[in-house]
Amino acid sequence: MTPVLETTDLKIRLRLTDDWFTVCDLSALLPGRGVAALLPDGRQAAVFADRTGRLYAIDNRDPFTGAAVLSRGLTGTHRGRPFVASPLLKQRFDLESGQCLDDETVRVTAYEVKAA
Amino acid sequence: MSTDTPTIVLVGHGMVGQRFLEALAERGLTATHRVVVLCEEPRPAYDRVQLTSYFSGKTPEDLSLTDLRLIEDHGIELRVGDPAETIDRAAREVTARSGLVVGYDVLVLATGSYPFVPPVPNKDAEGCFVYRTIEDLLAIEEYAGRSTTGAVVGGGLLGLEAAGALKGLGLTSHIVEFAPRLMPVQVDEGGGAALLRTIEDMGLSVHTGVGTQEIVVGEDGAVTGMKLSDGSELATDLVVFSAGVRPRDQLARDAGLTVGERGGIAVDEQCRSVCDPRVFAIGECALAADGRVYGLVAPGYEQAETAAATIAEDESAFTGADLSTKLKLLGVDVASFGDAHGTAGDCLDVVYSDSRAGLYKKLVIGRDGTLLGGILIGDAEAYGTLKAFTGSVPPVSPESLVLPAGAGGPVQLGPSALPDDAIICSCNNVRKGTIREAVTEHSCTTVPEVKKCTKAGTTCGSCVKVLGQLVNAELEASGVEVDKGLCGCFSQTREELYEIVLALRVTSYRELLDRHGREAARGGDGCEVCKPTVGSIIASLAPAIGAGTHVLDGEQAALQDTNDHFLANLQKNGSYSVVPRIPGGEIAPEKLIIIGEIARDFGLYTKITGGQRIDMFGARVEQLPLIWARLVDAGFESGHAYGKSLRTVKSCVGQTWCRYGVQDSVRMAIDLELRYRGLRSPHKLKSAVSGCQRECAEARSKDFGVIATANGWNLYVGGNGGATPRHADLLAQDLSDAELIRLIDRFLMFYIRTADRLERTSVWLDRIPGGLDHVRDVVVHDSLGICDELESLMTAHVSAYRDEWAETIDDPEKLARFVSFVNAPDTPDPVVAFVPERDQMKPDLPLLNIGLRPADDILEGTATR
Ligand code: SRM
Ligand SMILES: Cc1cc2nc3c(=O)[nH]c(=O)nc-3n(C[C@H](O)[C@H](O)[C@H](O)COP(=O)(O)OP(=O)(O)OC[C@H]3O[C@@H](n4cnc5c(N)ncnc54)[C@H](O)[C@@H]3O)c2cc1C
Ligand code: SF4
Ligand code: FES
Repeated sequence: MTPVLETTDLKIRLRLTDDWFTVCDLSALLPGRGVAALLPDGRQAAVFADRTGRLYAIDNRDPFTGAAVLSRGLTGTHRGRPFVASPLLKQRFDLESGQCLDDETVRVTAYEVKAA
Repeated sequence: MSTDTPTIVLVGHGMVGQRFLEALAERGLTATHRVVVLCEEPRPAYDRVQLTSYFSGKTPEDLSLTDLRLIEDHGIELRVGDPAETIDRAAREVTARSGLVVGYDVLVLATGSYPFVPPVPNKDAEGCFVYRTIEDLLAIEEYAGRSTTGAVVGGGLLGLEAAGALKGLGLTSHIVEFAPRLMPVQVDEGGGAALLRTIEDMGLSVHTGVGTQEIVVGEDGAVTGMKLSDGSELATDLVVFSAGVRPRDQLARDAGLTVGERGGIAVDEQCRSVCDPRVFAIGECALAADGRVYGLVAPGYEQAETAAATIAEDESAFTGADLSTKLKLLGVDVASFGDAHGTAGDCLDVVYSDSRAGLYKKLVIGRDGTLLGGILIGDAEAYGTLKAFTGSVPPVSPESLVLPAGAGGPVQLGPSALPDDAIICSCNNVRKGTIREAVTEHSCTTVPEVKKCTKAGTTCGSCVKVLGQLVNAELEASGVEVDKGLCGCFSQTREELYEIVLALRVTSYRELLDRHGREAARGGDGCEVCKPTVGSIIASLAPAIGAGTHVLDGEQAALQDTNDHFLANLQKNGSYSVVPRIPGGEIAPEKLIIIGEIARDFGLYTKITGGQRIDMFGARVEQLPLIWARLVDAGFESGHAYGKSLRTVKSCVGQTWCRYGVQDSVRMAIDLELRYRGLRSPHKLKSAVSGCQRECAEARSKDFGVIATANGWNLYVGGNGGATPRHADLLAQDLSDAELIRLIDRFLMFYIRTADRLERTSVWLDRIPGGLDHVRDVVVHDSLGICDELESLMTAHVSAYRDEWAETIDDPEKLARFVSFVNAPDTPDPVVAFVPERDQMKPDLPLLNIGLRPADDILEGTATR
């Protein structure tokens, strides 16, 4: 397989209630880093790729501070699960479920995401 | 009222009320009972103990103790802003201000105290305040803005705290205390004297032994001064009464409940009213079975647990509590514990006092050597340990516990010497044994885990240090090798990783992780601890190991902390601040004008920083390249305010202008700043150069500080301002320019090589074996024979330096990240907005709270709706 060819025209798509919403080219994502996407209803999603190319998307708003910055956090793996650490006060969020790993009472929306 | 679910009504949602609710939930009582809470204040329970931290930047939200999710999940009906007005004990009903009538099976009163205001004329005039609630503080803050002088009536614990707060608000502050000394309840005469000196040295005026007779008001009815009992008059714009508190028992009195002669709802050892078994009283409104009304939170918490246990039909009793306290008042440690005044008779005092240093330490010892109590002023390091030893015979002589270092003591008493039933956290009544169990049986391995598991350390925080020592001691004792690895991904220390990267010329994080990481972490994505650490190591060594020299090159971009990733400092609302380098703090008028123009054109907030340069705040991410294009054009470079790297080299004006200067400190500061700019290190690096021993540049508070002498330069290392200030130590003296630079080159490279992540030079110097002497041996006498290598690494760094921003604005690939939205590059983040303040602007913080659609956010994750 030639990954270069494969990624050129693939688009990242997010699942909103019933539609798939196109965010950007897959190649716009650097593994281990996020981007923010503006959704049609004014919300924001933070979209990430891990080093294997798997995609994740959660709400971009940091529930602890209110700022829309989760896409700018550092990612990592905790007990085999992918997470992002908020760049403001460093709380970590599971990228698959949106669950905050440092406060079980907090969770952000997680979106279904694919490259197609 | 339905007969099948019994109802508990709680009146008062303060600290103790909240703890009571938690205790109900823990015991499952919220499932079997309807729980109604009447809360008078306009917000749910918050941390009153930390009230004053509002003035140091904590918001009312930060102070909150209430987890609304928990309240909701447990079906607790919390009525904020709806106080109880009457209790009808015959009908078993409480009527709230809103008109709501609730029937109860159990009524719990936790109404706290009210501040006592002495009945002096004009006590209610405009400008008179008390110090109890967040609302009080908001009102004081607002009024202080229009005042220049403030006076506090009462020199007790709270009075001093309030006076410190007034001073912090920029007022000239007075304290008026009726007793002959400050904090008469907690400290004795000697302690009061030490406290007085220190507090006066801080610029507060203390008037002891005088009473307040009258508040003087002006024509508009606002405060202008106070008449004192010695006939004098004190001019002041604002008065805070802090003359003690009284139990809020009016509601109970009106309902015919028994109250004490001096107030307080009389209860038995189960915290039950002595005349009505359906009514409980807890916290500061209760007169406990031992005849005391407790004004501290810890006894209140114990009462809350006792009441909840009694309601659950468990056995529990509150028979009395310890009144130990430790505070940092205006930056002075003040602690008293056990029988601090030696009331037990037949006991001896051990006193150490040094009025010059503002130190006073007294221990009260029984005839048999038992430690009964004590007072510590100025240095309360030993509080945690001493308090825990109270009631037993300490294993070393008491003198050795209070003598300062250098006078044959103090002896370090490890927490391992403590008995298992020693109370470590008095706020939450947690014993050493409980903490040990948290480690051994509940497999907690860190202080935060132990805090969560035992509640120790979660209130006033004064026990956290001892807690940390205990947790480590316990881990080591139970054979758990304390893992010195960097994080969950690497078992090596930062120093070891540095050696691996340098020796094997590893230029990729992934390669390092997959080859040298812990087994389970290989192939994964690492974590937020090791990525920036390795990113920093690679950046420090980039020219020497052949890695890309820009922090946003390739994979390196993914490793950087968010600030480095955007080459700017993230602010609380998601905007950024921009700090161009101003070497040595020297700046020509033309450049000042350019900064002014740029800030004006982009609408940025400007401020002179503590580092002798100018910070522009409020830039949106998409504005950063535009701002920098103009800055670079005008000859500015990145100031690396965002990096763990060289920040500033401050200077004094020096020989060129100053009549005392003996060397050109500005030139040297500029040379040093330009030499070390861009150098990535384990933590930030700061420096300063002073032109003579008067030290106007504060070089001895810097990681490397330089002070001019008639013969050259003295080099000091390991200084620190910030949280734990440390004066730098002299490394070498009377150096020529070239010698100075060579030594700094070596010193910095040796630090970068051996320090831990986020370890400033001050901490590093105190940690590494051999300390300063060892560092001097290595960098001055080349005892390890590595100085050539250290110097050549620095040479490589200096010659590879390029301005990060100049390179970024020329590189479309790097520029692509500077957008708020990948799918709408021209749309700014709508959460970033500003409101005007003092001719400039500030973040619109309320917007952050509401975001875009509050309704959905509350719904988020709450399965019940
Ligand atoms: C902007 C500035 C305050 C100001 O308006 O004056 C500032 C702002 C911050 N400081 Fe500072 N410090 C600033 C001068 C200082 C100084 C004064 C100095 O450098 O002479 C000190 C004490 C000296 C020292 O460091 O030893 C200082 C001691 C700290 C500390 C405590 C460090 C310590 O070792 O205890 C922190 C926290 C940390 O680094 O972990 C900190 C952290 C911060 C952070 C990074 C906090 C944060 O994470 O957001 C702030 C962000 C900067 C930003 O957003 O731009 N800042 N900070 C000053 C920038 C100076 C500059 O031109 O670069
Ligand atoms: C500035 C400051 C610093 C302090 N520092 C310390 C310290 O370092 N260590 C320490 O141990 N303690 C300290 N304290 C004391 C500590 O805050 C109290 O001991 C603790 O808050 C008592 O809790 P409580 O629930 O009994 O009373 P509170 O926290 O006062 O709560 C009582 C609540 O009941 C409400 N209420 C009253 N009447 C009614 C009614 N009829 N209906 C409904 N609600 C009602 C009140 O509005 C209040 O919200 C400090 C206090 C202050 C003000
Ligand atoms: S440190 Fe010395 S030379 Fe520099 S400004 Fe102060 S007095 Fe003058
Ligand atoms: S002693 Fe106050 S939190 Fe532990």
